[in-house]
Amino acid sequence: MLLSIEGVSRAFGGVRAVEDVTFAVGAGEVHGLIGPNGAGKTTLLNLVSGLLRPTAGRILVGGARADGLASHRVAALGVTRTFQNIRLFPHLSALENVLVGEHLRRDAPLWRRMLCLPAAAREERGARERALALLAQVRLEDRAQEQAGNLSYGEQRRVEIARALGAEPRVLLLDEPTAGMNPAEVDSVASLIRAVARLGHSVLLVEHNVPLVMKVCDRITVLNFGRVIAGGAPGDVARDQAVVDAYLGTRR
Amino acid sequence: MQQVVNGLFLGSIYALFALGYTLVFGVLDILNLAHAAVFTVCAFLALALVGTLHLPTLVALPIAIGLAGLLGVALERVAFRPLRGRSDSNISGLISSLAAATILEALAVAAWGPDKLRFPFGALPDRRVQLAGAVVSEVQMIIIAISVAMMVALTFLLRRTRLGRQIRAVAESPLAARILGVDVDRVIAASFFISSALGGAAGVLFGLAFNDVSADMGRSVELKGLAVIILGGMGSMPGAVLAGYGLGLIEVFTVAQVGSSWRDGVSFAVLFLVLLLRPRGLLGQAATRLA
Amino acid sequence: MENLADLWLTYQTAVAFIGVNALLALSVYATLCCGQLSLANAGFMAIGGYAGALLTLHTQLPFALVLAAAAALPALVAVPLGLPVLRLRGVFLAIATIGWGEVVRLALVNWDYTNGALGLVAIPQRAGPGIIFLCLALALFVFWRLRGGRTGYALEAIREDEPAARTLGIDTTAHKLAMFVLGAALAGLAGGLEAHLTFMVAPSGYGFARVVDMLVQAVVGGVAHFGGPVLGAAFLTLLPEGLREVSHLTGMEPGPLRLLANGLVLLAVILFLPNGLVSLPGRLRAWRDERRAARALVD
Repeated sequence: MLLSIEGVSRAFGGVRAVEDVTFAVGAGEVHGLIGPNGAGKTTLLNLVSGLLRPTAGRILVGGARADGLASHRVAALGVTRTFQNIRLFPHLSALENVLVGEHLRRDAPLWRRMLCLPAAAREERGARERALALLAQVRLEDRAQEQAGNLSYGEQRRVEIARALGAEPRVLLLDEPTAGMNPAEVDSVASLIRAVARLGHSVLLVEHNVPLVMKVCDRITVLNFGRVIAGGAPGDVARDQAVVDAYLGTRR
Repeated sequence: MQQVVNGLFLGSIYALFALGYTLVFGVLDILNLAHAAVFTVCAFLALALVGTLHLPTLVALPIAIGLAGLLGVALERVAFRPLRGRSDSNISGLISSLAAATILEALAVAAWGPDKLRFPFGALPDRRVQLAGAVVSEVQMIIIAISVAMMVALTFLLRRTRLGRQIRAVAESPLAARILGVDVDRVIAASFFISSALGGAAGVLFGLAFNDVSADMGRSVELKGLAVIILGGMGSMPGAVLAGYGLGLIEVFTVAQVGSSWRDGVSFAVLFLVLLLRPRGLLGQAATRLA
Repeated sequence: MENLADLWLTYQTAVAFIGVNALLALSVYATLCCGQLSLANAGFMAIGGYAGALLTLHTQLPFALVLAAAAALPALVAVPLGLPVLRLRGVFLAIATIGWGEVVRLALVNWDYTNGALGLVAIPQRAGPGIIFLCLALALFVFWRLRGGRTGYALEAIREDEPAARTLGIDTTAHKLAMFVLGAALAGLAGGLEAHLTFMVAPSGYGFARVVDMLVQAVVGGVAHFGGPVLGAAFLTLLPEGLREVSHLTGMEPGPLRLLANGLVLLAVILFLPNGLVSLPGRLRAWRDERRAARALVD
């Protein structure tokens, strides 16, 4: 198992945002994380990506402990993410945003650049080409020079995904990537996610769009009030009574 | 005991100054570095009113303080309001306030010269009183009294009046306040008026206390003011008062033990210690570290 | 030809000062370009200035080594200072660094070995426009090579959104510390150069006014590009020359007048041209294009 969440809990004062959550994501697997608002999905992503520290439990990436690590070290383990409220670098171009995403996989020691060595220039060209290729994958290569802040909402989301892919992560965390998108754009993201998984990355997908999750995911975990209430193949989860109750509310 | 009195009286001035600082920070999340310039200018204004216009000191005081308040409103209009929408408004607000401070200081030096000025003879009462083994001058008592009165008035304003509630609402969340119908612009202007009035009052009292008004008096107080609000906690009014008196006492006792050349060093030591060990300060809640 | 030589002699000092101020403005830019407002550099400049002065007065070291020491000593001090201080958020960082500058100044005022508030005098003039601009060229080269490379983009990312940058694997603390140390080295170098230009060092030259000066020059020039601080330094060093007429007209002393001009320029820039003078051509071009487009619609 590539990403392993074991008994993870996180409390804020008296509020237990995430409680004793356990599940795992395998290599090349698209794993959905769903649940009503406030179920703790984004908190869990923040825990996995190192922005928060769990108050209990362990998080393992490729067998190595990730909980308690600073977020840049978690990234170095191979975990990158997108954000619910899109956090692109607004004054950088789309291409430059993706270039920053490649930070971890670039071999560009400063002294080489200071000495103006041709190897440095070659490496840079390579990095830019890879960034352009990633933008092409999300169908935005013609917007490469545009300032990220000027892109449309849907375009920004796609750039953010391309940026997260720049590091060639083992695990890609997506936080509601299709929020606010029209059906055509949602389909586009769906095929992108499947393409990413085919390339060998694992994907942990937090989403409100349940039909999308059912279509795209290999397995799903359902959260409610910070706890896991169901998990397994999409078909099984859809029929699970606890899940139905959580979404629709129990009849009085 | 003598030191305690000295510490309390120095602390009153620091507390008043820090209250002004922290009020603006609480409401706008911006550090107004022009606060010390208002401190200085108000002292000069009081001096002008008493010295040139021959007004009695007790009449000049509220006028000078009122003028300082108006200066604060002008400051907000010119240097802070245009920056409000911007994403980097904290840093650009800081820089803008530095610019305003520089302008005010330059004008002060141009108008009144770089030397120390004194209040004219007779403007200050001269009597001293024996109180529990310490010699207290009437000036010191008046300063403490005025400071405490202003702090009480401020507390009343914030807790019991409509304006006070609105200020606290805007400090909590400007957007929510606006949705609830609060005229945010007016509230911010009022906050600056109050803040600068407090800072100006501190300046006048400082000038009276040491009978010494000069263009660079703001310099050391500005940094001590920073130490006070950090110690008390940014955005916390009770913290500012507590820390103001605290620093006043610490400073006076340190000078008594170690000598006056380290008088300013105490504030910086306090500042660094707090920032390194507990940046939140005694009573503050603002987030001081990055996510 | 003779006129040119005369002109050079007259303005040689001004040119040298532009160089020193440009280095100082660049030292502020070093931290601003990754989003940190550090006001510590007057303190580092003081350390460099005093170190350089002491080495020249008491040893026979060649000037190049003296300058290297003037840059290296503040850089070393910057490491243990930067580690705790750079963890603080914007406003708190600014305050801590203001405090640092004052601590250095206060320590120097109380240090008898260096004559306290009087400082050191009679430092031989070993610095001239030549070596100053050599140092400036070196600094500009470093900033030029930083820009557009992996490190350069990492710094820009930190400036735009530090937590997001961290999730992409960028060690933001290490980067910020590196720029803080670079700024300290540049400020120290400038301090060493200035000490050998003005024959003296004294605590009063490294106070808060100095910090504001540096900041004004960096901001007025523009912090989007490393050429900005140089432009700002040139503009604000030459400004007092142009103000002499104004001083006569208004009767205002040159000292406060210069201060007033600095404040007004900074205010105008931060309100109307926040990216500094360096962004002016771009803005003018955009404005002109807009006008052209509007006219095209009407025709």
